[in-house]
Amino acid sequence: MDFPRIPIGDWVATGIDWLTINADFFFDFLSTIMKFLVEGLSDVLIAVPWPVMVLVLAALGWVLRSVRFAALSLVGFLLIVGMNQWDNAMLTLSMVLIATLLAVIVAIPLGIAAAQSDSVSAAVKPILDFMQTMPAFVYLIPAVTFFSIGVVPGLFSTIIFALPPGVRMTELGIRGVAEETVEAGQAFGAKRSEILFGIQLPLAVPTIMAGINQVIMLALSMAVIAGIVGADGLGKEVVSSISTLNLAKGVEAGLSVVFLAIFLDRFTGALGDKKARGKSSLLALARKARSSEPVTAA
Amino acid sequence: MAAINAEGLYKVFGKRPKRGVAELERGKTREDLQKQGLTAAVIDASFTVDPGEIFVVMGLSGSGKSTLIRMINGLFEPTAGTVTIADQLITDVSPEKLRAVRREKISMVFQHFALLPHRTVGENAAYGLQIQGLNKADREKAANKALDEVGLGGWGGHLPGQLSGGMQQRVGLARALAAGTDIMLMDEAFSALDPLIRRGMQDQLIELQQRLEKTILFITHDLNEAMRLGDRIAMMRDGRIEQIGTAEQILNEPKNNYVASFIQDVDRTRVLTAANVMEPAQGVIGAGSGPQTAHKVMREGQHNWILVQNRDRTPAGILWEPDVAEAVRTGRKDLPWSPVHEMPTVAQDTSLADLFAVSAQHLNPIVVLDENGRTVGVIPRVTLLAAAANNGQGADMPESWGSPDSPLNDGESMADSATPDVPHVMEGAK
Repeated sequence: MDFPRIPIGDWVATGIDWLTINADFFFDFLSTIMKFLVEGLSDVLIAVPWPVMVLVLAALGWVLRSVRFAALSLVGFLLIVGMNQWDNAMLTLSMVLIATLLAVIVAIPLGIAAAQSDSVSAAVKPILDFMQTMPAFVYLIPAVTFFSIGVVPGLFSTIIFALPPGVRMTELGIRGVAEETVEAGQAFGAKRSEILFGIQLPLAVPTIMAGINQVIMLALSMAVIAGIVGADGLGKEVVSSISTLNLAKGVEAGLSVVFLAIFLDRFTGALGDKKARGKSSLLALARKARSSEPVTAA
Repeated sequence: MAAINAEGLYKVFGKRPKRGVAELERGKTREDLQKQGLTAAVIDASFTVDPGEIFVVMGLSGSGKSTLIRMINGLFEPTAGTVTIADQLITDVSPEKLRAVRREKISMVFQHFALLPHRTVGENAAYGLQIQGLNKADREKAANKALDEVGLGGWGGHLPGQLSGGMQQRVGLARALAAGTDIMLMDEAFSALDPLIRRGMQDQLIELQQRLEKTILFITHDLNEAMRLGDRIAMMRDGRIEQIGTAEQILNEPKNNYVASFIQDVDRTRVLTAANVMEPAQGVIGAGSGPQTAHKVMREGQHNWILVQNRDRTPAGILWEPDVAEAVRTGRKDLPWSPVHEMPTVAQDTSLADLFAVSAQHLNPIVVLDENGRTVGVIPRVTLLAAAANNGQGADMPESWGSPDSPLNDGESMADSATPDVPHVMEGAK
């Protein structure tokens, strides 16, 4: 018994082709912006001499987290430099940062809308599920047809892949604010916008930051995959070491990804969660110094 | 002018809730609606709160009291019925108008405080004023004043998380006070606090209310709290208001078995006052009388003690029968005050619990005085004990025992067991 062949793939391909031809100007416009952003940032990151950059990143780690984290970051970054992957790491970093920025710009308003309205939430949810479960490589195909090869299709598929946790965690954070606290705003006559910006968003910040942390980690994993379509950076190194079976190069590029990932994860984790900040973080020390003064005065 | 007036309020949750109201009006029960997937949270609630009154809505969880309070400030829209705040209808008005009523007329205190953890105590207290659009300097001034009122002066710069539960709720109270509204809604405001702290907060609320004359609608599941705070109490069960009345009315005249069973556990000695249990003095003589007059009054009235009063109705003392008899025999001219004649006097609003302490130290009956020191009644020990033991229903007779409806009871057996002759026997013995 033959079940009729349903050519869903063909339909989608036809649709994508139609888009490519008819929405050409739109993709060109997007392409120009994305290329400008990523290349602009990577130019800056690479233009800064690596010793300065390494010290700045380690210092940021100290400000937010601890001396120990700063020291380990320093070691990690020096290893990347020593493996001759510094420029590639900066290319990947700039792509991750721009992808995260764009994803967050889309995700947070979408998450807010989903938190305010059950119907928006119900509509967005299956789309997010689709975006997250579709194998990441599949995004690369239409991305290449839209934008040809290079950094832009990589960035495009990275944004789509990294977006969902940003939306989900924003919605979760806002909906997780105690109902009584929201009622308190209503009971004193606050407008919806006053409740959103004065109560719900500030209280949702830790959850939203956890979402952004997830976005960054997904963006990093996708940025590596984006090497397949010719996006410069650590991903391209990994891809080329696979095609040439060059184990040494693969290990070095892979380790660089790991060091970058750990740094980004711990760093952004400390942004949202004050408990993750160690006692030796400069922020904690500064607060201690400030709060101890009035106590002795009183 | 009533501060709050609720007329025939219904709140039904579920699809097409109006249908539920119609069915409830036709006599369907809450359970009938449950089968159709509708939850009747509040059913036909009507009440009026007067300005300056503490009105307590008391009920167990699920009785609909939280839903009721949320309809009063429009957080929930009633399915049917109307709410009037200071002569202004707030049901069926625009959201903007409703927000204006909330900003200007009603503030609210929440069970779990509902403070904003990222803002300081001072900013929290000023929240209502910030929403009202007051400038920063003025609202800080008002917030500090409100914090002073609740005993938190100087804490304005701290974060709520640094304060204990009781202090956090006082911030919640200060926020409501600072908003400057005449009406305050309090939703289980003290229920999350330790008993000792709760007691202190209740005292503070009563004191604040007397000073600032706010109208307070207070929700609680704690009957003792309701009796302590409430000028009037509405007893709620299963969405309906069963009875509205003062603490004394509810204790002494419970409208139905539910209310009666509820008040069984109430510590009556803390609710009832001297005025509730006192009785008129049976035998009274003037202070100028002699032992002969006292003896005569006692013999005629069969009293074993009498009250002696001055001309202005202030009490002069108590006389006991043996002392008077002794004085008559020995021919004394002055009144024979007994060795226990130190006469305990109390004000009308003294609680029963405090009367016990007085009664324990004196054999004499307690004399109750009005604010001018004049006698209004007496409380003998027996009366005091009876009042504390009374369950408000009178003695319940077992009705099934020897019921006249019982087919086994024919006239003859009744005559055998009945006791109408006993008084005659006693008379004959005399």
